[in-house]
Amino acid sequence: MSLVDIASLPLMRRSFDWKPLWNGLFGTRLNTALTVLTLAFLVWLMPPLARWLVLDATWTGTAQDCAAASGACWAFVTAKLRFILFAFYPQDLQWRPAAALVLLLGLLVITAQPRFWRRELLIAWLLVVGLCWALLTGTLTGSPVPSNQWGGLPVTLLVWSVCFGLSIPLAVLLALARRSKMGGLRTLAVLFIELMRGTPMVAILYVAMLILPMAIPGGHFVDKTVRAILMITLFWSAYVAEVVRGGLQTIPQGQEEAAKALGLGYWRTMQLIVLPQALRQVIPGMVNLAIGFLLATSLLAVIGIFDLLNAARASTTDPKWLGFYDEAYLVAGVIYFLFCFGGSRYSRWLETRLRAPHH
Amino acid sequence: MATTEIVPGRDQPGLLSRLVGWWGPRPFIQLAVFVAVVALFWLLGANVADTMRRIGVTPGFGFLERSANFEIGESVIAFKAGDLYIWAILAGLINTIKVAALGCVLATVLGVALGVAGLSGNLLLATLVRWYVELIRNTPLLLQLFFWIALAKSFPPPRQALSAFDALFLSNRGVFVPGIVVDGFSSRTLLLLVAIVLSYGLYLYTTYRRRRLRFGNGAIASLVLLAAAGAAFPATGATLVLDMPVLGGFNIRGGYSLTPEFAALLAGLTVKFSAAIAEIVRAGIQSVSRGQWEAARALGLHPGQIMRLVVLPQALRVITPLITSSYLDLTKDSSLAVAIGYPDLVSIINTTANTTGQSFEALAILIGIYLALNLSVSALMNVYNRRVALRGDVSR
Repeated sequence: MSLVDIASLPLMRRSFDWKPLWNGLFGTRLNTALTVLTLAFLVWLMPPLARWLVLDATWTGTAQDCAAASGACWAFVTAKLRFILFAFYPQDLQWRPAAALVLLLGLLVITAQPRFWRRELLIAWLLVVGLCWALLTGTLTGSPVPSNQWGGLPVTLLVWSVCFGLSIPLAVLLALARRSKMGGLRTLAVLFIELMRGTPMVAILYVAMLILPMAIPGGHFVDKTVRAILMITLFWSAYVAEVVRGGLQTIPQGQEEAAKALGLGYWRTMQLIVLPQALRQVIPGMVNLAIGFLLATSLLAVIGIFDLLNAARASTTDPKWLGFYDEAYLVAGVIYFLFCFGGSRYSRWLETRLRAPHH
Repeated sequence: MATTEIVPGRDQPGLLSRLVGWWGPRPFIQLAVFVAVVALFWLLGANVADTMRRIGVTPGFGFLERSANFEIGESVIAFKAGDLYIWAILAGLINTIKVAALGCVLATVLGVALGVAGLSGNLLLATLVRWYVELIRNTPLLLQLFFWIALAKSFPPPRQALSAFDALFLSNRGVFVPGIVVDGFSSRTLLLLVAIVLSYGLYLYTTYRRRRLRFGNGAIASLVLLAAAGAAFPATGATLVLDMPVLGGFNIRGGYSLTPEFAALLAGLTVKFSAAIAEIVRAGIQSVSRGQWEAARALGLHPGQIMRLVVLPQALRVITPLITSSYLDLTKDSSLAVAIGYPDLVSIINTTANTTGQSFEALAILIGIYLALNLSVSALMNVYNRRVALRGDVSR
């Protein structure tokens, strides 16, 4: 280091270091050109967007007021937000899905913190999901609501958590079978996993809609949402199984051999030695998978279940507020984005935390 | 050294013992599980057949040769109501392939451009790309499709169509883009074209086998191919005409028209998967360690050469399998077409199931087609992976 290298002197470091920023924007001729072009694009894009979003928007009033203005119709959102969140659930009973929503979100926040990861959490999930189901059907409170009137965000979250939760134990079994020495079981597991992964989810939902009622005796009486949950669980378990298998592959063979030498049987070895390590490895991968699954629940709209997205779409067909697609999809999009973007940030944080030597 | 003992018997285990070895431990429990699974499917299948008979439908694929009394919104092969179901399903399959193939190409172009832009070293551009990717990745594809179809349907009628450079028209009847029309196309033209493409392929193959294939001669060969193909038309009396869409009367004529549904689906798939591909390209190029760049620079290669000779060959090993699975996902996700009214395979199958009551067979066809597609692509991918892994491993 020479004396003239003032940039590295501690005294000069106090002020904000503009150099990387300057270099990143105008460092080379190419960079300057790119910055200017990008700025030009932003100047072209931003003013109309800002006008639509804020300046020309209608904040209160009726659909007629909105039609008169050229901007977004936020009055539509205030009028229909409740519908987007809860869809056709009876208005006076909407405290029930709201309570279910709060319960699920609360438990999700608790689950996100590694210090709460113990056996009781599993029981809490079982209890809360059961309670939410009971709240929505109204078994505890009376005045039952059939599931074709459920809708909105609680349905999205409930289907998502139930299917993901149920698919994990199934996936662990599938992953173990796929790695086992037993050729017959291995073949079955491979067939199942490849069948599911090669099929679009829409086709799986159609199976739930069209085939299940014929295949199960009395299947016509099984609720549509339940049938969808059953098939989605099977479908997702194939994807989860592949992630779990990735985790199992990181565990050295020696661990299993050591356990065998200690006299542990297969299931004890898996339960006490292999799975705890393997599952810990795949937690960030599972979070990413869960984000993808949350987005995939929107496909429920295809079979006419009023999840969040379908509720948003249905809100645009209200005769009083006809055709405010952009606003409705924006609201639904923001909700999905908050969950998924938050989830992906969380996954990154978790990865660094789990990689830390202690813990 | 006196005697060599000759051991009788096989030096390889026989078929039966290999089969037993493959079947593994606990043979009877496995057999029981197998039988139970088969029995379960038998039971479910028998129930399905029973139900079908009860509602007066004969199980089987005979319905494929009955006539389908519905129209298909758009189709590459000619289809009208009254044609056979099998043609309807084929039309749907071709529609799926059409949108998936175009979507793969466009998503790759846009995704690679975005990935490179993200790595350009320009802070503003990289931030913008970052936000684009986050925004697209964290909202459902179906929501984006709903948005695109609402947008496509909200364009003004053809008379007031939005146009860009008088070449691209956006209207509520569809999107109109310039097309290329061939006049006087004959079998001679086709033969000549086939010959040109074959000789191009042969040249590439032989130079590749002799390990002489470089970027330079490959690019020259491709240019020659394009020039020869262009010359083949006038040489055989055919003419290529650029067909621009023109606004005339109440509609737009000429050019190539995309229906609103097709345009929305294509836009949605392209945008959604461009974000995924941008991430894959970024991850692939960043997977090549900085040391490689520095070493290549120390050898005196200039940036273009570093990219082409050092970084890309290694990055492609990461990129190719990921991008292939993206293509498969895109093809599977094109099934969301059913939600916005584009007559793809799923949508036709759904209509078929509803009109014939043969939902089991219809869905079996659907799943079979997607499965065949997926398994063949993954098999190809495995071959590719084995090749690059072999070439990458110095010790072998």
